[in-house]
Amino acid sequence: MAERSNEIRVGFYICHCGTNIAGTIDVTAVAEYAGKLPNVVVSRDYKYMCSDPGQELIASDIREHKLNRIVVASCSPLLHEETFRHATQMGGLNPFFFQMVNIREHNSWVHTDKAAATTKAKDQVRAGIRRVGFHAALEKTRVKIHPDVLVVGGGIAGIHASLTLANAGKQVYLIERSPTIGGHMAMFDKTFPTLDCAACILTPKMSSVKNHPNIHMWTYSEVTAVDGYVGNFKVKIRRKPRYISEELCVGCMACIEQCVFKQPRFEDDFNQGLAKRKPVYIPFPQATPQVVLIDPEDCLYLKTGKCKQTCLEACDRNAIIFDQKEEIVDLEVGTIILATGFQIFDPHRTPQYGYGIYPNVYTALEIERLVNASGPTGGHVTTRDGREPKSIGIIHCVGSRDDNTNKYCSRVCCMYSLKLAHLLKEHSGAEVYNFYIDMRTPGKGYEEFYDRLLQEGVQFIRGRVAEISDWALTKEEEGKLIIRCEDTLAGFVRRTPVDMVVLSVGLEAQPDAQDVRRMFNIGCGGDGFFLERHPKLAPVDTFTDGIFLAGCCQAPRDIPDTVAQAGAAAAQALALIDAGEIEQEPNTAYIVEEDCSGCKSCIPLCPYTAITFDETKKKAVINAALCKGCGTCVGACPSGSIRQNLFEDEQIFAEIEEVLSGV
Amino acid sequence: MKYGYFPGCSLKGTGRAYEESLLEVLRALEIEIQELPDWNCCGATAYMAVDEIKAFTLAARNLAIAEKQGGDLMTPCAACYLVLVKTQHYLKEYPKVRDAVHRGLNAVGLRYEGKVKVRHPLDILTNDIGLDAIRARVKQPLKGLKVATYYGCQVVRPYATFDHQDYPTTMDRILEACGAEIVHYPLKTKCCGGSLTGTLTEVGARLCHILRAEAKRQGADLIATLCPLCQFNLDAYQDKQPGQWFEPVKLPVVYFTQLMGLAYGLSEKKLGLGRNIVSAAPALRHRSAVTTA
Repeated sequence: MAERSNEIRVGFYICHCGTNIAGTIDVTAVAEYAGKLPNVVVSRDYKYMCSDPGQELIASDIREHKLNRIVVASCSPLLHEETFRHATQMGGLNPFFFQMVNIREHNSWVHTDKAAATTKAKDQVRAGIRRVGFHAALEKTRVKIHPDVLVVGGGIAGIHASLTLANAGKQVYLIERSPTIGGHMAMFDKTFPTLDCAACILTPKMSSVKNHPNIHMWTYSEVTAVDGYVGNFKVKIRRKPRYISEELCVGCMACIEQCVFKQPRFEDDFNQGLAKRKPVYIPFPQATPQVVLIDPEDCLYLKTGKCKQTCLEACDRNAIIFDQKEEIVDLEVGTIILATGFQIFDPHRTPQYGYGIYPNVYTALEIERLVNASGPTGGHVTTRDGREPKSIGIIHCVGSRDDNTNKYCSRVCCMYSLKLAHLLKEHSGAEVYNFYIDMRTPGKGYEEFYDRLLQEGVQFIRGRVAEISDWALTKEEEGKLIIRCEDTLAGFVRRTPVDMVVLSVGLEAQPDAQDVRRMFNIGCGGDGFFLERHPKLAPVDTFTDGIFLAGCCQAPRDIPDTVAQAGAAAAQALALIDAGEIEQEPNTAYIVEEDCSGCKSCIPLCPYTAITFDETKKKAVINAALCKGCGTCVGACPSGSIRQNLFEDEQIFAEIEEVLSGV
Repeated sequence: MKYGYFPGCSLKGTGRAYEESLLEVLRALEIEIQELPDWNCCGATAYMAVDEIKAFTLAARNLAIAEKQGGDLMTPCAACYLVLVKTQHYLKEYPKVRDAVHRGLNAVGLRYEGKVKVRHPLDILTNDIGLDAIRARVKQPLKGLKVATYYGCQVVRPYATFDHQDYPTTMDRILEACGAEIVHYPLKTKCCGGSLTGTLTEVGARLCHILRAEAKRQGADLIATLCPLCQFNLDAYQDKQPGQWFEPVKLPVVYFTQLMGLAYGLSEKKLGLGRNIVSAAPALRHRSAVTTA
């Protein structure tokens, strides 16, 4: 711990930040005031301290005036602490002999009374100058980065991130919990606004993943535990049994053909339940890997132990293994990319739209399958009761922009609704009505696509739909679904009878996002999506170093944005790996061993599991590489034996005393 | 558990059949209630429009008495239910309203601390008593009786306290437990016209007609309600020509408690079935014909 050295020589600098600070605080008065405080040798005000000349000023003053402490009063440390530490170092001092005083966010931006703001600035500055006298020289520690990467989730985000990393020569473990990679994108028919076929652009990337020598693709697998810290994560993967050998199966599907169930009779998840499959199945023709699997809930043999097992005879490669067990695999990786995707909003939660009540009300994802040439109807649009719809209503914002469900805009629904409107009209010739609150088409070529739909004669009605029912008032309405909506452009309530309704359901966080968040020790926002470190400046980082986000697990977004974000996440991982090691802030907690009573009360409190117990010494031990400097243990320790660099008692008490001495 | 009971004015007047049948059903289920002493008008929607603070104070007086008496407060009338719940909400959220109302209550020596729970019988029957207990008491199941369950607006909106605000199902489940067949009824929470039947009769009668016509179209033998005003509007304006394009629709409109009582084998007279303007007898006879057949 630093002791107050006999000769403390402080250099003080106050920044105008243009008029951001100088407009509200009399900076020259503060500089003059600070110049008279004990230990202050130099006190200056300057237009922009963060500029090169501003930094050079600090460095040359250190040399010229033999300064050994620096205080800068300017903006938030989040923005420029590093800048001024660097300037302090350029002058030949340890960078931690620096203290920053935030007089912008904490003062000039939130006050209007110039005299009072100036007085407050003086208090803040006085505290900073007193505190810096207690600063000690600290060293940043370095941690080695394991070069392998874990990518969780095999949708387009995980696929793109994996390929980027693998092409850069890194070893990637891609873990996907469903039997195939491809995610939601594989279910889509076309993509907006170009209308290129989703499978045509996705499946080549899927096979690249499969064939890439640097990618270890494990489908039907889940992460069950994560331990360690940036550069050194230890991960457990559970590989669920497919009852098929992935090595031996070539995807000939003879076993499916020969299954004792002659007809498919189990719900086909990939086709959203619009089709049936057998107990032994492959999710879709281009599934990757091209390996079948057996659902133990449906398979007669696995359920009852009694079956003719015709599949065994059909397989000439002996790939079927009925006694296959799940496998737990341990991995060591240095960085992790989470690309766990989203779930669609469950429209049962908005019963006024009749999903599950009226068979001809569909979700948008069901329609994606229905218009798909490889879908359950071969792309022929028929309703559940077997009719060809003459009129179709598409309801926007189902489960989005709604106080009762989700407040946020799901971002993709307007555009996919336009795409589905086009496809439905093209496939069925039906009259298509879009009911929207606002059309949101910001994106390259998106507004043009909207314009194209207007030209094609798709109907657009502005208003949030109140309800969908079979309440017929006239003969013409009998047997139809009636969409009731206040048309806010025309100014009256419409009743629009249609044969088919499409609910443009919003995007939600995965149902187990909270469990995943806890496992990876990252944050979630109020809407349940994973939280980025900074909404603007660190959109793919998380609050846990070495873990990055890609795609819809962070927020709803479309394919181009997802791919861009996945690339960014891969680049962030690469930057860490190629640096080989990472510098860590020295603001970590440490234990004064002789004072530690071994009560262990700090251990469960640590949110980063950085504290362990040394059974031989009977003392707590803090792993500095894991510690994030949150201070929880410091405050909780009953014997006061935990202290924290840069937040020592002397430093904080000095600061508090000076702030209050002005009162 | 003993419940406080706030009948409100309707259940002593036009909605007497509701009170008669409710009390019979509660007795059959051995649910104890105690009517609030010296209760007053809830103020309904009318007083709110005249003077909000006075209206809240009026409602809060009942809440204060209920709190003093103890137990949850059973409130069968949809309008009373909404006014009491709304008053609680405003007293909780708006300190200005709370202070003014408290001053009023203090003047007559009453206190209200916001503790009493206002509960609709549908809520109590579904969540406290349970469908199994309701089913166990059934003597003559309502087999073959097709019922359109009509909730009206006030009991689920804007405060959806015990059921979904657009698609409530508690009455459906209770009557199903009594053996009735619930028809799909998309208008279950649509407006009956409220007091419009008295002021703009043409408009109110048309809204009522729509509700009856749709219930009939969906195959209902009768409509079950939980609100005295809904019941009155739907029952009383059936002869009123609702406009030149519409054929009048005759359909009995009863309280859900009357149907429960029938299933419990209670007499039609005790259940106030004779008070309905449009007799439910033919629909009920039709049912017994079905049961005996």
